[in-house]
Amino acid sequence: MTPRFAVGSTVSVRHGNPPGHIRTPYYIRGKKGVVERICGEFRNPEELAYGRSGEPKQVLYRVRFAQKDLWPSYGGAGGDTVDIELYEHWLEP
Amino acid sequence: MDDNIRHAHDIPNAHAPRPDHDDTLTHHKMLEIAVRELLVEKGIVTADEVREAVERMDARGPHLGARIVAKAWTDPAFKARLLKDGTAGAEEAGVQMDQVTRLIVVENTPEVHNLVVCTLCSCYPRMVLGIPPDWYKSRAYRSRAVREPRNVLAEFGTHLPAKVTVRVHDSTADMRYLVLPMQPKGTEGFDEARLAALVTRDSMIGVTTL
Amino acid sequence: MRGVHDIGGLQAGPVERVEHDYQLWEKRVDALMVLLSRKRRLTVDELRKGIESLPGDAYDRLTYYERWIESIAQALIHRGTITIEELRGKLAEIEGRPDGPKAKAP
Repeated sequence: MTPRFAVGSTVSVRHGNPPGHIRTPYYIRGKKGVVERICGEFRNPEELAYGRSGEPKQVLYRVRFAQKDLWPSYGGAGGDTVDIELYEHWLEP
Repeated sequence: MDDNIRHAHDIPNAHAPRPDHDDTLTHHKMLEIAVRELLVEKGIVTADEVREAVERMDARGPHLGARIVAKAWTDPAFKARLLKDGTAGAEEAGVQMDQVTRLIVVENTPEVHNLVVCTLCSCYPRMVLGIPPDWYKSRAYRSRAVREPRNVLAEFGTHLPAKVTVRVHDSTADMRYLVLPMQPKGTEGFDEARLAALVTRDSMIGVTTL
Repeated sequence: MRGVHDIGGLQAGPVERVEHDYQLWEKRVDALMVLLSRKRRLTVDELRKGIESLPGDAYDRLTYYERWIESIAQALIHRGTITIEELRGKLAEIEGRPDGPKAKAP
């Protein structure tokens, strides 16, 4: 499976509040970050949670976000970041 | 409710299983017994397997992570391999890893300080640190570490200047994170065992430095 | 709508740095999950989903491993590995034991 996004590219996390078991935290939805690494392919936890196979595997990315982009009143330093693992179907360019 | 609460300090090694202090038959203790006995009766697990699994988890603790850290401090080539592939590095240091999660070792430097959290549940590098402490799984840590890491660090006695970047790692999928703390000054030339004894669990989660 | 477990970024008080030695029953819950997962009888995803779906204020009221054992029981029932009747019968039998939890402990 070819990763859709390259390391270093900017990605946006999709909005949305689907039901079920979601591993994309609420606080990161709709935010923009940079792909820090491609972690590999993994079975989809949203499907595994229902006892299904979780296949086809999804590409998992580590995406880096600037804290100042996440919280309007972030009190720390300007360079601070949050790195999160996100599945490809939650990302868009 | 719980009569063996005590305040946080590093627990150097795991304790052997011992009988429950509190013999009150709570609903959930009964539920555990019921589920376990049904599974044994159905041949899905055996009592021995349960006992061994408890012992295996008990044997895992921060001493394993400390061993990896000490090796990285004394062997730059190993450190490079460890940072490239944490799981392989851990195995090379003699720590048996599971086949599911992948370890990423993140290095503290004078410019970058790393902090690990799982906001959604309690994902933790159990293979190298054992079972996580209560506070790691608490609402306060999980909600605040990602939003105000420097304030959380300050509560643990860790104060970092603004020129040090704080990087928070939220373990949302199959990666698990181990912080490689900076080697304390004045310990150059110590052997691995002596160095490993200096490495605390909290420094490998990233809430403290050494 | 934010799930009850999805708490990153919410306001909270100071981190209380208490720790407790895990009781044996808690370690056994953990062990059961490890074994069930290894034997492909349950996934951590099912465990997590069950915890996230606990009714009412259970998420805050129950302790960590209380949530786990509730979720494990639910998931095993859902999978048909155990039945509600079997569980009900076993719980009643345990309650009736003269020695309480010490009987039949591994």
